[in-house]
Amino acid sequence: MPRMTMIEALRDAMDIMLARDPGVLVFGEDVGYFGGVFRCTAGLQAKYGEERVFDTPINESAIVGMAVGMAAQGMRPCVEVQFADYVYPAYDQITQEAARLRHRSNEMFTCPLVVRMPTGGGIFGGQTHSQSPEALFTHVAGLKVVIPSTPYDAKGLLIAAIEDPDPVIFLEPKRLYNGPFYGDHSGKSVGWRQHPAGEVPEGHYSIGIGKADIRREGAEVTILAYGTMVYIAEAAVEQSGIDAEIIDLRSLLPLDLETIKTSIEKTGRCVVVREATRTSGFGGELIAEIQEACFWHLKSPLQRVTGWDAPYPHATEWDYFPGPDRVARALQTAMED
Amino acid sequence: MTKALKLTYPPPPARPDDMPDFSAIEIPPAGALQVPPLDLEATHSRDYANGLIRVLDDEGKAVGPWADYIADLDVSALLQGLRDMLKMRAVDKRLLNAQRQGKTSFYLQCTGEEAIGCGFQRQLVKGDMNFPTYRQQSLLIAAEYPLCDLMGQIYSNERDPLEGRQLPIMHSSRDYGFFSISGNLGTQYIQAVGWAMANALSGNGQIAAGWIGDGATASNDFHAALLSASVYRPPVILNIVNNQWAISTYTGVATGGSRTYASRARGYGIPALRVDGNDYLAVAAVSKWAVERTRSGHGPVAIEWFTYRVAAHSTSDDPSAYRPKDEAKAWPLGDPVERLKAHLILQGAWSEARHVQAEAEILDQVTAVQKDVEAHGTFVTPKPTSPATIFKGVYAEMPEHLRRQRQEMGY
Repeated sequence: MPRMTMIEALRDAMDIMLARDPGVLVFGEDVGYFGGVFRCTAGLQAKYGEERVFDTPINESAIVGMAVGMAAQGMRPCVEVQFADYVYPAYDQITQEAARLRHRSNEMFTCPLVVRMPTGGGIFGGQTHSQSPEALFTHVAGLKVVIPSTPYDAKGLLIAAIEDPDPVIFLEPKRLYNGPFYGDHSGKSVGWRQHPAGEVPEGHYSIGIGKADIRREGAEVTILAYGTMVYIAEAAVEQSGIDAEIIDLRSLLPLDLETIKTSIEKTGRCVVVREATRTSGFGGELIAEIQEACFWHLKSPLQRVTGWDAPYPHATEWDYFPGPDRVARALQTAMED
Repeated sequence: MTKALKLTYPPPPARPDDMPDFSAIEIPPAGALQVPPLDLEATHSRDYANGLIRVLDDEGKAVGPWADYIADLDVSALLQGLRDMLKMRAVDKRLLNAQRQGKTSFYLQCTGEEAIGCGFQRQLVKGDMNFPTYRQQSLLIAAEYPLCDLMGQIYSNERDPLEGRQLPIMHSSRDYGFFSISGNLGTQYIQAVGWAMANALSGNGQIAAGWIGDGATASNDFHAALLSASVYRPPVILNIVNNQWAISTYTGVATGGSRTYASRARGYGIPALRVDGNDYLAVAAVSKWAVERTRSGHGPVAIEWFTYRVAAHSTSDDPSAYRPKDEAKAWPLGDPVERLKAHLILQGAWSEARHVQAEAEILDQVTAVQKDVEAHGTFVTPKPTSPATIFKGVYAEMPEHLRRQRQEMGY
């Protein structure tokens, strides 16, 4: 099986869908001729033409607003917001329009669109190149929110998102674009070509939205993670020697509660790991769901490892980023009671 | 400390205790502007963006090149236009009444602005799509949208095509070219551009029309739409209904130092025209021109419809708190129904007596439909829709968490 980076896998997904469905359109800032600031759309305009893949003015509300109109008229736009940190001008269009169009029109108009956006830190991106705003979208009825952690998932989930009849927020952990990240920031990172998770089948396949993936089976504690944090969890398990079960959620909305429940009923303990700030984040929702669904199976208080409740810093990146040490400590705490 | 730096806060011409005053508004004579070529460019549209296209003169005579341009609009078409406007007015009257009686929670009239939607819609064909605001119900009336559907939506009863999900007046009808209305202002303007781009890409020959009020031109999506339309040049007509008021805020707060809203579109490279919105013939003529231009691929065009919001902003508003009570009577462009009526009487095609009779007939028809729709439930005599519809259509397929919540509710 060929190995691809996450960038190549995402590009492959768009390439396949552009070829299969004439309604699929790809656009955003620098997405066309140049191929995207992360190269995710490189070569697509040359292959499919400006009518299918094009550059837009720097206006996120325009990008998503145009896409809503196109989607309602029958196209399948897959648009890009250059950084998740810059999605806010489009928040009105995403939450009040795309998310509600089907419901408010009693299904007369629908909105099959995908908004791709690179997310997450660990790249010295500072305040506006590192944010993880997923909770702002999981709070919105009518949206689906997904976030892959491997090239294989990235391709399969993006194809599923483009084929989905509802609006999908597609978060791409840019720290994982070129290779996995286990929290060692000394610069010795391994690329996807040297990693088994870089294996991506050719051609069309999709991964069901709403299905989590058990990345490591374990008996003692359940770790719920997504995006870059999946690898941080793996590193923490190795470091601590605790036999944890790692679940990569992949879809945050809808959430695969069954897989989560089954795991926690087995382990009785849980650590939730996220990059985003703590207060009112998606981790709080996970903890509430677990408390409601698994209370009598719990052997210890639920643990949360998150970014601090502060804007993402530049110089103190590794004090902010929830690395393997912090996750390992939380695992120890979960095992204590 | 000096007071050299003084800010401005644009005032309305008059406040509640003042005499209405529209002396600052320039009203050029009817028939003064030529019909421009269909491929008019922004740079050549200056006189149109700063002037005012008018067809009906003070006596009700149709004059000038735009009158010739719609010479094919015969008496029967004009009578249809008059009936559309009368029907619109009757619907507004009856539904305002229903709100006062507590039969619906909310209503919003378009009094004084009937000519714009009625005249525009009659120039569209099936498949064209409006992206209206909440004050373009006249588009639905002229599209001959079933009154029982329109009223069912107001009463949120079982005749409501939207099954009670939306606030009254937020209609939605794909078949009648009326895009789903949102409470969030401005959003539909850029969506119209996207829809029109999809039209061009699929080559279906259809056009889109965006609608926005003067106050909402301040929203980000107004600028997003003008710029995007200018960049991609899709078949879209960008309408701005300047009715002088955004709830209690005078239009000057939205125009700022610029002269007209139409001239603002020119700044984005989009040709723009400014039109007497209370002149049905001018509305019909400019709509016809804009539809023809857009459909034949000459790119977007912006139209500022100059009018006055006669009624309260909504049933929750009392305009006597911020403007003179009889300001509408002083509005120099008059009343669209009265002006078209005068024109038809001058033509010998209409009379005061026939007008009174037509008004009564239309009101009777509207009232009959209203009674029928009210039999299916009002706020006073509710026949509620099933609460299970809350969860319908949030997604194409109901996800597990919504299924659980529906069950928790007992359905």
